[in-house]
Amino acid sequence: MKTMKHAEAAAQFISDEPRTDWHNETLWFVRQKRDKASHGLPEWEQLREWASQIKHHSLSHLDQYLVEFEKNAKANGVTVHWAANGEEHNRIVYDIIQKNNVQRIVKSKSMLTEECGMNEFLHSKGIDIVDTDLGERIVQFRNEPPSHIVLPAIHLKKKDVSDTFHEHLHTEKGNNDPQYLTEAARIHLREKFIASELAITGVNFAIAETGGFVVCTNEGNADMGTHCAKIHIACMGFEKIIPKAEHLSVFLRLLARSATGQPITTYSSHFQKPREGQQMHIVIVDNGRSKQLGRADFRNSLKCIRCAACFNTCPVYRRSGGHSYHTAVAGPIGSILSPNLDMRANADLPFASTLCGSCSNVCPVKIDIHDQLWKWRQVLVAEGYVDTTKKVGLKGMAFLLAHPSLYRFAGKAGRTVMRLFPWLVNNKLNPWYKQREMPAPPKESFREWYLKNKQS
Amino acid sequence: MIHSLPNYIDMKVGLFIPCYIDQFYPQVGIATLQLLEKLGCEVSFPLNQTCCGQPMANSGFASSSKGCDKNFVGNFRGFDYIVGPSGSCVLHIKDHLKDDDRPGEAEHIRKNIYELTEFLTDVLKIEKLDASFPHKVGLHTSCHGQRGLHLSSMSERNLPEFSKPEKLLGMVKGLELSHPARTDECCGFGGTFCVFEEAVSVKMGKDRIAEHAANGVEYITGYDESCLMHLEGILKRMNSNIKAIHIAEILNSNA
Ligand code: SF4
Repeated sequence: MKTMKHAEAAAQFISDEPRTDWHNETLWFVRQKRDKASHGLPEWEQLREWASQIKHHSLSHLDQYLVEFEKNAKANGVTVHWAANGEEHNRIVYDIIQKNNVQRIVKSKSMLTEECGMNEFLHSKGIDIVDTDLGERIVQFRNEPPSHIVLPAIHLKKKDVSDTFHEHLHTEKGNNDPQYLTEAARIHLREKFIASELAITGVNFAIAETGGFVVCTNEGNADMGTHCAKIHIACMGFEKIIPKAEHLSVFLRLLARSATGQPITTYSSHFQKPREGQQMHIVIVDNGRSKQLGRADFRNSLKCIRCAACFNTCPVYRRSGGHSYHTAVAGPIGSILSPNLDMRANADLPFASTLCGSCSNVCPVKIDIHDQLWKWRQVLVAEGYVDTTKKVGLKGMAFLLAHPSLYRFAGKAGRTVMRLFPWLVNNKLNPWYKQREMPAPPKESFREWYLKNKQS
Repeated sequence: MIHSLPNYIDMKVGLFIPCYIDQFYPQVGIATLQLLEKLGCEVSFPLNQTCCGQPMANSGFASSSKGCDKNFVGNFRGFDYIVGPSGSCVLHIKDHLKDDDRPGEAEHIRKNIYELTEFLTDVLKIEKLDASFPHKVGLHTSCHGQRGLHLSSMSERNLPEFSKPEKLLGMVKGLELSHPARTDECCGFGGTFCVFEEAVSVKMGKDRIAEHAANGVEYITGYDESCLMHLEGILKRMNSNIKAIHIAEILNSNA
């Protein structure tokens, strides 16, 4: 199936305007909660600066901290695996499952496993994973990818959830009561937790000096999964590393406030060593990260702590929905991470922005997201991933604007004004004119007025 | 009328009129020029200027805008200040103007180019204006001027509040100012975004307009004509009574 480009998918999303308004309002509400929480902390901007610097330092000393982390984790009795890419990551997880001959597997939210396509891979091997984050379970039932990294089912309304649960959990048809539906999910998931043999989690922060790691959830599902299962696999991108436990005091204060406006995530679970009789594995994944680290203009994108504040504030994301980004990580951060993974497939994403800069302003680790979007555009054009009609038009425009007399001629000759402002064509096929009137052409340009009135 | 002769009378100002203002909104250029002259600046308009190069660069073609850059430097070297009524064009020059043959002159321009309201506030340090505009006006805070040039504080940041354009509008007699509910959300213009992402662009514009309309405004104003052109296009299609007007026109008006 051909993936739709962002603009096309967004247009489809917007064609249901009331739903778009609802999506926009819902996420704006989250952004407002974030504003309230962050404006309530006088030291907010200082915390962002610290977080950014700690990440900067960690990314410049990855060799040292990752090795230190591995050593300490091993000493704690944890098995550490290294995966160069998504395939290797999936293979490692599969091998552990095979070796232990387990069937009942639960997973709390991990964007990394989405990025690696782990569920699909394991499914193809006959192994089904139960996602235990409520939102993720909902989209899993529907065979859809998450549309938001913190709120995976934010594109769905109560009625959609009710229909889905009716189909999969046999809840009452038409009962849209959130409490009723949540209760049904709770009972369903409890059974899965109790029966689980293996639990997969993500990692929010991995601490080099202790070899421990922290997983943040609001539902406690990471804990319930890992407490019942005899095997715990934690999957992490290598950029999750921080040097010391004390640095958590910066990140944990920023993460939940940025994500949902909560002072702290409901559960910040610290994992250090396996329980007696339990196996604990950590899979450390590269999957394009070292390549991104080598791109001077884009390496900062690896500071991301996946709070999704940039999604919630993005006026384009709020009106186009996560699926229009056709990648595991949508939104502004996805648009600067994804071209690194596949330039051709994701060449549309850095253009899915007005460069308004709100993303960079909310980002708790101060990633210059909108500047990177701009820089990706230059790279994508240079590498030839931009379609030729755009190219011819803009090159023609550049030529015209470099030659003042031609520019003036184009402006005068009404017909050729299209060369200069190609979007100002008065016909229905023109995207400007579809829903907007053109500016009324004045009788003279400013320059003409100036020559007449100011210079004699 | 000049109340008292200011001491910046000798300041040589190069007037930068972005291409789409030159071609479609000459009245904005005229208002900017008259306003600066009223305030005692010696203003000239270099006749061979075209464009700042932003439309190309924001579409990924920064490397193709070298000729445009050179032309800009050729036109605007030798001025004490360069002033233009457009936040995003000014920001583009500030961030990206390059000329390998004349790097010093390019740098001088980058450092001394100002958006109009910024120039009035920070350089001329205007405290009062002889202007009157007895209407209900909504301020559209365009992103590049705000988040790029810091013309006003930003809702995302935890920093003291201020607004240069608002301060100036406060000096206009009879003007009743309002803000949309989301004080600084983008209008969706975004350069070529407005055509390549038509659906999102228009939806964003409609949403901005709805918030201003809820305040009962007669005019939507701002310091970026490109955003206003986009909003105006939607307003006209909707047959709305609300009009878009550049802040220079208000600051220069004497009704
Ligand atoms: S880029 Fe920044 S704002 Fe966006 S998800 Fe990552 S940390 Fe959060």
